[in-house]
Amino acid sequence: MRRSWFLIIAATLGFLFLYIPIGSLILFSFNESKLVTVWAGFSTKWYGELLRDEQVLGAVWISARIAFASATLAVVLGTLAAFVLVRMRAFWGKPILRGMTTAPLVMPEVITGLSLLLLFVSMERMIGWPAGRGMVTIIIAHTTFCLAYVAVVVQSRLVDMDESLEEAARDLGAAPVRVFFDVTLPVIAPALVAGWLLAFTLSLDDLVVASFTSGPGASTLPMVIFSKVRLGVSPDINALATLIILVVALGIVIAGLVMRRK
Amino acid sequence: MSRRWIVIAIPMLWLGIFFLLPFIEVARISLVDPAIARPPYTPLFEDGAFMGDLENYAFLLSDSLYINSYLSSIRIAAVSTVLALLVGYPMAYAIARAPEPRRTILLFLVILPFWTSFLLRVYAWIGLLKGNGVINNVLLWMGVIDEPLVMLQTDFAVYVGIVYTYLPFMILPLYATLVKLDESLMEASADLGASRASTFLRITLPLSLPGVVAGCMLVFIPAIGEYVIPALLGGPDTLMIGRVLWDEYFRNRDWPVASAVAIAMLLLIVLPILWMQKMQERA
Amino acid sequence: MVGTATKPTAGELKPWREARTPPFIRIEGISKHFGDFIAVDDVSLDIWQGEIFCLLGGSGCGKSTLLRMLAGFEAPSAGKVSIDGQDMAGVPPEARPTNMMFQSYALFPHMSVEKNVAYGLLRGGMGKAEAMEKVAAMLKLVQLEGFAARKPHQLSGGQRQRVALARSLVKRPKLLLLDEPLGALDKKLREETQFELMNIQDQLGVTFIVVTHDQEEAMTLATRIGVMDAGRIVQVGEPRAIYERPGSRFVADFIGTVNLFEGKVDVAAPDAMRITTAEGPILTEPVVGLRAGQQVAVAVRPEKMRLSREQGAAANVLSGTVSDYAYMGDMTIYKLALDNGRSVKVSVSNIDDASEAFTWDERLFISFPAKAGVVLSA
Repeated sequence: MRRSWFLIIAATLGFLFLYIPIGSLILFSFNESKLVTVWAGFSTKWYGELLRDEQVLGAVWISARIAFASATLAVVLGTLAAFVLVRMRAFWGKPILRGMTTAPLVMPEVITGLSLLLLFVSMERMIGWPAGRGMVTIIIAHTTFCLAYVAVVVQSRLVDMDESLEEAARDLGAAPVRVFFDVTLPVIAPALVAGWLLAFTLSLDDLVVASFTSGPGASTLPMVIFSKVRLGVSPDINALATLIILVVALGIVIAGLVMRRK
Repeated sequence: MSRRWIVIAIPMLWLGIFFLLPFIEVARISLVDPAIARPPYTPLFEDGAFMGDLENYAFLLSDSLYINSYLSSIRIAAVSTVLALLVGYPMAYAIARAPEPRRTILLFLVILPFWTSFLLRVYAWIGLLKGNGVINNVLLWMGVIDEPLVMLQTDFAVYVGIVYTYLPFMILPLYATLVKLDESLMEASADLGASRASTFLRITLPLSLPGVVAGCMLVFIPAIGEYVIPALLGGPDTLMIGRVLWDEYFRNRDWPVASAVAIAMLLLIVLPILWMQKMQERA
Repeated sequence: MVGTATKPTAGELKPWREARTPPFIRIEGISKHFGDFIAVDDVSLDIWQGEIFCLLGGSGCGKSTLLRMLAGFEAPSAGKVSIDGQDMAGVPPEARPTNMMFQSYALFPHMSVEKNVAYGLLRGGMGKAEAMEKVAAMLKLVQLEGFAARKPHQLSGGQRQRVALARSLVKRPKLLLLDEPLGALDKKLREETQFELMNIQDQLGVTFIVVTHDQEEAMTLATRIGVMDAGRIVQVGEPRAIYERPGSRFVADFIGTVNLFEGKVDVAAPDAMRITTAEGPILTEPVVGLRAGQQVAVAVRPEKMRLSREQGAAANVLSGTVSDYAYMGDMTIYKLALDNGRSVKVSVSNIDDASEAFTWDERLFISFPAKAGVVLSA
């Protein structure tokens, strides 16, 4: 095929559009001046300031724990849901379950957040649990919307998986539960890892649902960033962004190396 | 067979309690009045009598703020979707036609930003679009403009923010359909005497339509309910329904009206999804 | 590789010919419905120990569903299966004395060859040391000794096929079910593997039921063939009988190439039979139970016909012109147009060199003896 200059130029501009903002974030994190947009010399002082900011550090720790717990729960629940949807024969609840695992994908975050908050408030009044709102309620909320994403990833892997693998295991004398752990789980393991990473990222990234379902003392990293950003641009946020980009890039390089070894 | 039911029950119960039940709760609270109490609304049943009414919904219809913000949500989401399609289609097409190692790398570069913080990617545009931001400084320095353009806190900034953050969701489904297109179809069209433009309009575009629809829906639906982007990049008059709901809850502490907004907003989201399903069935 | 057993008598070799040995597998009136679709329709079969029984049919004929009911993956809608006198109703796949070799092989991708083969033994509760010994012996039998540590994706198609066979045989099932066992192999490998499969079966004495759509494969492997069509077994018999004496137009047409002449029984005497067809009268050997006037077809295989330039003295002689021919190496297939326009295929063995070959538009005589035609009323 002939090369099309139009396509090359358009794609180049598109990628510049994608990466110039990220580049400028990184660039101005090393800016001496408090004014984020005027270059005043190289400095790493904002990184120092960031690492002394206990509010940010605390929020990182809270967010990481929430993301770890929600991703893990979401993988367990999402895998169960996917297994029921793909492998089990039809029963009355299957369309309902299908609906409930798809709907969170298109649900606006503000609605998910508000509705869960209202539920938590009513539950607390009726059964005394959850007592107040905080990390537990955020984890529940994040698990609920993340499990839908995990279910999508795991479902597609289960659909691709040759069902005769499971039949072969049964034929060779393994009962259904044994088949799941011996054959199904190892075969879909890459999807579980992908689902976990996706859920972890979504939880770490979420501002809206966390804001609704959080309580005093449980400010996640996006909540802290959001409150800072609303007050205006500040270079320590750029430093934070740079660190996050660095961590993500490192994670992807490691993942790539692991995949290549396999 | 009891094991089977345990496997079914666990996800069913979780989603039933934490996904379905909350909507019943929203629907219930949308029918009552706000009150200075804990929680800040009146009960739906008092002494066995049903106390609910549709006052909150009537209020939504009477105050032009709500209707305007619905309409403006649709407008902003639609404009951003079209812009994302115009930016994303050539990119997806270029990636689909790139030779192999490069194709994977380009695709990876499209997905990469998604893994970094959404909030910080929106934040990056504040620095670029501000009155004394990067873009204005560059344009002033180049002599293109004499005084800074007002870009931040406008609808334009919201479009840019949505296109920027949702672009991967537009590119990926487009890429998925374009890469599957048999190149010999285009060659056959050229062989039969069609120009490049007419090959694109008559062969490539129609065949990639499923990707176009999927990509547009993946941008349009979340954009309607967007809160962060209008809150950070939009001006005070950038009305979006997600932002109205947020303010109703966090600023006015009016839970019943916030609930009514949520229910009405759900209907707004459901319609385009049903339309998409119909389109997909036809395809 | 051939077993050292003493040569068995005909009765031991072909127990289905005699009534005294009870069948090993009894399938009685089995059916399977999927909604409105009837996949298997009232099939009854008896299969004896040590047989290689081939279920032969086109895609969608129900042969795989029948196999899956024997394995326990599908519950029959009606009917009964018993293996070695044991009723299989309600017995789950893991508890059946059967093993299956899957069309896709279904090798566990995350386990080595050794672990794949050992899986069934370990699930059966065998100790690890004993299991590994059996695995080693089995891998030796299928000539994969050096491959124990490999993963399935590091093997060729033929090697994978043998791992699948080893895995399904290592438990010494009473019955081995093979779903298109050679379907994924190329032609040459397929032919080699057919004989290997027969040798292994001969050594282990396990009863095989093989599902295939490939008639050549069925012919080579089978002690008996069951031909299936639309969920039913249309004919059961030894390969030679199925080919030489097909019971119906479907079987005659499905197995090999055949020329079918539709007509009516004209004379049905105890010593002769004549059938009137559009191509003229055809003499065949007498068939008991056919009366004059009955609608029948005469099936004649292309290799049972002779071509000549001069009219011979055979029982049946037709004439036509060569409209086309295909040289296949060992033989040449001629297509002749008869005077009424109908076309007939005749194959000629290339015993001599091609010097006496016929060519286009030559007018030739087609002759065949009375015993060449098979009269079909179904």
